[in-house]
Amino acid sequence: MTVQLFINARLIDPEARTDQPGMLLVSNGAIAAPPESAETPAAIANALKLPPGTLEVIDCNGKCLAPGIVDIGVKVCEPGERHKESYRSAGLAAAAGGVTTMVTRPDTVPAIDSPETLEFVTRRANAAAPVNVLPMASLTKGRAGREMTEISFLMDAGAVAFTDCDHVVQNTKVFARALTYARALGALVIAHPQEPILSDGACATSGKFASLRGLPAVSPMAERMGLDRDIALLEMTGARYHADQITTARALPALQRAKRNGLDITAGVSIHHLTLNDLDVADYRTFFKVKPPLRAEDDRIAVIEALRDGLIDIISSMHTPQDEESKRLPFEEAASGAVALETLLPAAMRLFHAGQVDMPTLFAALSLNPAKRLGLPCGRLAPGAPADLVLFDPDVPFVLDRTTLRSKSRNTPFDGARMQGRVIATYVAGAPVFRRD
Amino acid sequence: MSFLHRHLLGIEQLGPQDITTILDLAEDYVTLNRQSAKHSDVLAGLTQINMFFENSTRTQASFEIAGKRLGADVMNMAMQASSIKKGETLIDTALTLNAMHPDLLVVRHPQSGAVDLLAQKVNCAVLNAGDGRHEHPTQALLDALTIRRAKGRLHRLTVAICGDIAHSRVARSNILLLGKMENRIRLIGPPTLMPSQIEQFGVEVFDDMHAGLADADVVMMLRLQRERMDGGFIPSEREYYHRFGLDLEKLALAKPDAIVMHPGPMNRGVEIDGTLADDINRSVIQDQVEMGVAVRMAAMELLARNLLSSRPDAA
Repeated sequence: MTVQLFINARLIDPEARTDQPGMLLVSNGAIAAPPESAETPAAIANALKLPPGTLEVIDCNGKCLAPGIVDIGVKVCEPGERHKESYRSAGLAAAAGGVTTMVTRPDTVPAIDSPETLEFVTRRANAAAPVNVLPMASLTKGRAGREMTEISFLMDAGAVAFTDCDHVVQNTKVFARALTYARALGALVIAHPQEPILSDGACATSGKFASLRGLPAVSPMAERMGLDRDIALLEMTGARYHADQITTARALPALQRAKRNGLDITAGVSIHHLTLNDLDVADYRTFFKVKPPLRAEDDRIAVIEALRDGLIDIISSMHTPQDEESKRLPFEEAASGAVALETLLPAAMRLFHAGQVDMPTLFAALSLNPAKRLGLPCGRLAPGAPADLVLFDPDVPFVLDRTTLRSKSRNTPFDGARMQGRVIATYVAGAPVFRRD
Repeated sequence: MSFLHRHLLGIEQLGPQDITTILDLAEDYVTLNRQSAKHSDVLAGLTQINMFFENSTRTQASFEIAGKRLGADVMNMAMQASSIKKGETLIDTALTLNAMHPDLLVVRHPQSGAVDLLAQKVNCAVLNAGDGRHEHPTQALLDALTIRRAKGRLHRLTVAICGDIAHSRVARSNILLLGKMENRIRLIGPPTLMPSQIEQFGVEVFDDMHAGLADADVVMMLRLQRERMDGGFIPSEREYYHRFGLDLEKLALAKPDAIVMHPGPMNRGVEIDGTLADDINRSVIQDQVEMGVAVRMAAMELLARNLLSSRPDAA
């Protein structure tokens, strides 16, 4: 029996909504309830009748100990583009970023749309990544929006959710049937709310900046139109639905109404849309090209408020590795996406340090809510939960140097940025998978 | 005379003094260009490469003549037919050219920001000859010189820019330049061809020529691209001409001495009446072409000076 005791910790418990000093007992990789009235390591060892010297005591030195991040929507470029990111490199990056569960995207080449591909991925992932990997599968074959995938077989093979990622299923009949079919199986469908024709060809959000730079732009309204359609389909089908990224103020009232009406809907946002705005693109910096495009500052603030109020449930990295070649192009031609596994936590700390969101709320969005949405036991500090933990110093300042990132691709918008907050150690089922020297 | 820029990528980076410096120097070249002996040797020994990733006859010819009159060795590269087709990236093309030690690179590209990107990778001076919908700085400068010569000043004028603002780099550069020189700018066009939140650039927006042209000193017409004419942005050519085409009747609303400009090439009978375009009392369209050569000579001279003084072999 392995028993660990984290002492002198600042425990962030998103479930209890607390942020207070304390200690945490871990037994055989799971969080355990401390014995009654035992308050010192010695007393605990005694109460548990442990042989002397077998209680591993970890002194947290007053730093934060929180449930490890459950990141929905990580792109690992296997199969197809392993030179951009492999399960090994993504797993190391995740561990260094405090992400203990990567929920991976199926927008690979080819798409993960059959049980066979999914099994390949699961095998690779378990062999190579030091953190938990849970795969998603595509909702339609080849993400082409025409025929639904074998949802039941894919669930048996371990798919935790179904999504065509940034491809919107344009054919409403196909989408309605897929939602109906998924509902009967209890499968979670994740969609990218966007009016596909309005946003076709756009690489910026319409507004003063896009006009000045002469970039093809899409109205932020395209997101609300996409969400409105999906909400109507949810009313029709009753499916379990998660909007991958809600990034505009105009979409929020629709989301609120849908939740109030009792639909089974949750919403996420990427860390980039919470911490950057369209002006950051500046002189056509392609590392800031993401999908949907970065929004105006008013939208960013509105989305932070929605996060604080619990209207937006989940923060994810939307980790999207792209090699230098696909980014060193004119802005319109350059690939979209940014890596973020390692910068997710420090970037999230910006919201904390700005006084916008408190720690328990942040970790509800980073860990607890995504775990709950996927029906996972992790993401909490309750006894019985797996000891997937992140120990971090929220205050330590540093300047990000992208060459130090563990991802194979280093397309981060935070290169050279001043950040505050860094992971000290990461534990998966009690086993250390990362420790900063 | 101070002009502290390595490249001419856009009007955005220039101050009013920079603009005046270029225009003043261009005046000298207007005089030179009207003589029989048009040759100067300020660019002697330097190599100028014109890289046009998008078709152009007028701008390319203008830059070519400007370079030749200043004594540079000028080479034209039609990039549409070249290695880009073989899959080479813009940056690789730039690096390849850079290894040939050009001194001035004149670049036109169909995508916004492409010229900025290229300028980051080369050691020579880069002149933006138009990038996507972003900027076309020498066009705005030649327009400014034309206005200054016709009106005697380049400030406190009411300038109406009419037509397809949304897809026009000429409009963006002109809005920036005329704004920096403290003019009143009006944009006139159908709302489908107006960029979003353009009113935040300190301009007035009209969708009615009659209101927009009232008391204007300068009427600047823009070219309507053929591919925008059919149904997508406007219902038809004839409805566009009826509402936004410039004819004598609409021009009568502007000041009696208002001048008419067009960056060319014109669609006669679409955005401008043919007779009006040829009326030498109102139209300065041919002057714009003439000023184009002079302004480009001035810009290239200023950039070449900065380039040479930055080199270790500078005398």
